[in-house]
Amino acid sequence: MSATRLILAVCEHRDGTLRKISHEVVTGARRIGEAVEAVVCAAGPVQGADQLGRFGADTVVTLTNASFARYAPEGYAQAIAERAKAGGYSAVIFAASATGKDLAPRVAAKLGVGLAADCTDLAADGGAIVATRPVYAGKALLKVKVATTRAVLSLRPNVFTPVERPKAGTTETVAVSVPAGRVVVREVKAAEAGALDVAEAQIVISGGRGLKEPANFKVIEELARAFGGQAAVGASRAVVDAGWRAHADQVGQTGKTVSPTLYIAVGISGAIQHLAGMRTSKVIVAINKDKDAPIFKVADYGVVGDLFEVVPKLTEEIKKLHG
Amino acid sequence: MKIAVCIKRVPDSETRVKIGSDGKRLDEAGVKFVLNPYDEFAVEEALQRKEKAGSGEVAVMCLGPAAAAETIRTALAMGADRGVLLQTDAIPADGFVTAQALAAELQGGAWDLILFGKMAIDDYNQQVGPMVAELLGLPCVTAVAHLEIDGTKGIAEREIEGGVEVVEFPLPAVLTADKGLNEPRYPALKGIMAAKKKALEVKPVQLGPGGIEVLALTPPPERKEGKIVGEGAGAVAELVRLLREEAKVL
Repeated sequence: MSATRLILAVCEHRDGTLRKISHEVVTGARRIGEAVEAVVCAAGPVQGADQLGRFGADTVVTLTNASFARYAPEGYAQAIAERAKAGGYSAVIFAASATGKDLAPRVAAKLGVGLAADCTDLAADGGAIVATRPVYAGKALLKVKVATTRAVLSLRPNVFTPVERPKAGTTETVAVSVPAGRVVVREVKAAEAGALDVAEAQIVISGGRGLKEPANFKVIEELARAFGGQAAVGASRAVVDAGWRAHADQVGQTGKTVSPTLYIAVGISGAIQHLAGMRTSKVIVAINKDKDAPIFKVADYGVVGDLFEVVPKLTEEIKKLHG
Repeated sequence: MKIAVCIKRVPDSETRVKIGSDGKRLDEAGVKFVLNPYDEFAVEEALQRKEKAGSGEVAVMCLGPAAAAETIRTALAMGADRGVLLQTDAIPADGFVTAQALAAELQGGAWDLILFGKMAIDDYNQQVGPMVAELLGLPCVTAVAHLEIDGTKGIAEREIEGGVEVVEFPLPAVLTADKGLNEPRYPALKGIMAAKKKALEVKPVQLGPGGIEVLALTPPPERKEGKIVGEGAGAVAELVRLLREEAKVL
């Protein structure tokens, strides 16, 4: 390997604005790299890209192409793989976001290597990288040694807390040419205004069968709103399978695994496949009328009682704080 | 329509994970194995596409141990026409090695569609589908939750943070299925009987180790014991105080 371990950190934008998750990618890259180059594919300047220096990028490179205004799977993959091959990078790091999950395997295949996906910890070990990744939906942790010339890794959102440093990075724009993509994103239908994704939200409030019927999810939604736009609404498998909530909201082994700062489980008993999906949350609160529910075994704080009394009261208290 | 579906045998989602004596893999004793839940959506989609076209073939490919023949039979019982087991005792941790083995089998098959589940619920690798697409030079859309196909043109919807991407692609293509794509059927008794007579070809494969080596499989850190703050709405004030002052998350 080269004398200096150089990492390529693949960042993301949405509509020309850098996505915050990029700060986490750069922070993760810094953990194993002595030098970090942040790269973002875009149609033009990306708002916020120049700030990546503060989170650990020595250089920020914007790869521009007219087709890069939206995610262009084939074009992005080619541009990043070419960049990765040209420089002396020892690792290419992505966010395990919707885009990163699609893009990272394409780039890895172009580089002829496997992907260590959804990592929650990284360490350098001589010429290799040791990555820790949850498997079986977090029921176990797999520690792997990635010994390929270029390691390709993706990082679980909300795990690598951005670390700021008093340093600016240099910026550079490189126009790239890629063939017209066969796979084209025609449109992005936005979810309800302000709706946050459970995988990325700092606060997740999930509801289960204890809510009794779909309309009652409004008590959860009101609590989420009380947090002033920081909270997403999640759901247990039981209520998703019953058609009460969209699959996008499902937390658990056949849904999303989440690691928010605060997870509030409401009327969820805590089936093993659900616990697997949320046990890495920093603080867990459970509200359930059954004091023997398994959810209380993983909760830091539990309230035993009728959720239709407890949750509105909690909403009221949170509103006071955010008032 | 000629469709290949790549499936995996995985521990059931209710499995309690016990670590094997080598400290590197799951102790499989007493574990119930099933067809990977996301692969069920892929199998169902293939069957519906073939039924709609009125003719064609649905072939199921699986890389796994001898016992994965059971998993293939499940897909055959749902209605797939034939199965191929790429038999190996050890599935590599490196998804690219798996992708290479599957791509070699799929190469030259003149498939209109190659379908995968968006991920396996055991290793969470979430990469083999798009890697196979790269190796075969085919267009690929991952995590498809809605799909329309008209001739050789497809439109897929995939969920992204805070929205849905509407993606156009040409056939032939590789797609990976997300939950919500369809409602997988349960194998009926007739299907289970018929599956016993369907062709299931077993091909032993030798796989390289790849570049990703397993060092250890460990239980997740235990969460420290929590506390019951109290009962009913009266406990809420104390809960909020603890979240602010002790946990410092508000």
